[in-house]
Amino acid sequence: MEQTQDGGNLSGVHHIILVLSGKGGVGKSTISTEIALALRHAGKKVGILDVDLCGPSIPRMLNAQSKDVHQCDSGWVPVYVDQEKSISLMSIGFLLEKPDDAVVWRGPKKNALIKQFVSDVAWGDLDFLIIDTPPGTSDEHISTVDALRPFNPMGALLVTTPQAVSVGDVRRELTFCKKTGLRVIGIVENMSGYVCPHCTECTNIFSKGGGEELARLSGVPFLGCVPLDPLLSQSLEQGKDLMQEFPNSAAYPAISSITRQILDMASPQS
Amino acid sequence: MADIPDNAPQHCPGTDSTEAGKSSACQGCPNQSICASGAAAGPDPAIEEIKEKMSLVKHKILVLSGKGGVGKSTFSAHLAHGLAQDEGKEVALLDVDICGPSIPKMMGLEGEQVHQSGSGWSPVYVEDNLAVMSVGFLLSSPDDAVIWRGPKKNGMIKQFLRDVDWGDVDYLIVDTPPGTSDEHLSVVQYLSAAGIDGAVIITTPQEVSLQDVRKEINFCRKVKLPIIGVVENMSGFICPKCKNESQIFPPTTGGAEKMCTDLSVSLLGKVPLDPNIGKSCDTGKSFFTEIPDSPATLSYRKIIQRIQDYCEKKK
Repeated sequence: MEQTQDGGNLSGVHHIILVLSGKGGVGKSTISTEIALALRHAGKKVGILDVDLCGPSIPRMLNAQSKDVHQCDSGWVPVYVDQEKSISLMSIGFLLEKPDDAVVWRGPKKNALIKQFVSDVAWGDLDFLIIDTPPGTSDEHISTVDALRPFNPMGALLVTTPQAVSVGDVRRELTFCKKTGLRVIGIVENMSGYVCPHCTECTNIFSKGGGEELARLSGVPFLGCVPLDPLLSQSLEQGKDLMQEFPNSAAYPAISSITRQILDMASPQS
Repeated sequence: MADIPDNAPQHCPGTDSTEAGKSSACQGCPNQSICASGAAAGPDPAIEEIKEKMSLVKHKILVLSGKGGVGKSTFSAHLAHGLAQDEGKEVALLDVDICGPSIPKMMGLEGEQVHQSGSGWSPVYVEDNLAVMSVGFLLSSPDDAVIWRGPKKNGMIKQFLRDVDWGDVDYLIVDTPPGTSDEHLSVVQYLSAAGIDGAVIITTPQEVSLQDVRKEINFCRKVKLPIIGVVENMSGFICPKCKNESQIFPPTTGGAEKMCTDLSVSLLGKVPLDPNIGKSCDTGKSFFTEIPDSPATLSYRKIIQRIQDYCEKKK
């Protein structure tokens, strides 16, 4: 109990952001990764905690899939993505023997690991800790929010794609935030519009504006639209930094604008 | 309760209980960890009841994917539509995505409610031969969140399989949430005695998705669930203006094709991205009738035919 009172391993963490979405495959891990990279460009120290236990994507997106987690006196040492140690990362992906091993766990086992992830990772001093979650409103989410409550997280970032089917799931996630008393930082609409590389015609593959409208209806800030961008998928597939590799990509300005808004919101708090 | 061992500590909740290994009475019991892992739980009597119920169902197909948002529900919905076009076939679609049910919207059934009858819950009918059941029909508003942990979700799935009055059915299609956890284990476990024809696994071409799908294939092998095949969805995009194809989700590691060869599972087909698919899902219509000539629709038809052939052969 003593650990929780003085903050334990999270005492040096200034802002905790959860990335949530009721729907899968809308880009939670993508947005988590890109915001972490953008925050690093702004000179911040960032940690990413991946609590998607059945489908961890972050290690690959940061090209860290082959690294290992080590033990130290105060707990698990997260994996550092770069030489400067400005991005640290913890994921179940590092604990699996083979990358294709399936984690076939029911709720209680997942909850126990999440508790350990929250209390036993030696993050050190961080400006931001970004927590990437699996889709839904179930065990992982309840456990993460419960475990983080003593640390007063900054809030949740909700990710959606524009179509009604996805927005419907995110409406449920908003209710989850309300019920658990988690503040909503804002909504991000991902995969909104695709510019054909051959004729530059913009097609709304998954329709358009659903996230923005949901934000308006529910009185939550709308942080921006991130377009479908093959350069973004490519940089994530290869674990590269979009901002360094493709500064002219269509997704870049959208992500830096979202990051700026998060920084603005965080500054009066600190 | 019959499942309390003779030498159990006082107030043992029973090895079959969802509290097994977790209640205060379990503290210090040498078998606590075995109970907590669920290994001690004997066969649930519901498995036999479900077998009984499912004896009227000829074919049972699971739609799975480790990754979310790759098109499981879209595929399930249209597999159901496609099979139901043969008026002689009875088709049932069960949505076990408890926290994010998309099927009601895709089938144009939002706001529908389930009715109770003498023989159980009556599913909602889209057409005379297409019945649908989802947790979405049990919620009072589209904003309602189902904030449930595993055991409660499992209870719901058990009820869906045991207490829904499907009647005589040729195909039961089960749409699942992403992952390899409670919902998947429960469906497989509850249907174990009744027998599942196999699983259709959906993926998109990128490695980030394939790495989750490989886990799902390993899951199927672990629980001895036959794999009918893999569908690669969102595979290439044809610009409606210039008709050129581009890869939005590039198959940097060879896509589903290479994965299928590596893991020796069959590839049922590739479905291109078509904005009209998303649109018809949002409006709850079948794209077989909305866009019958789209390359995506044609590809879907071929895949459905293959699944049908697989099931027929199995019989």
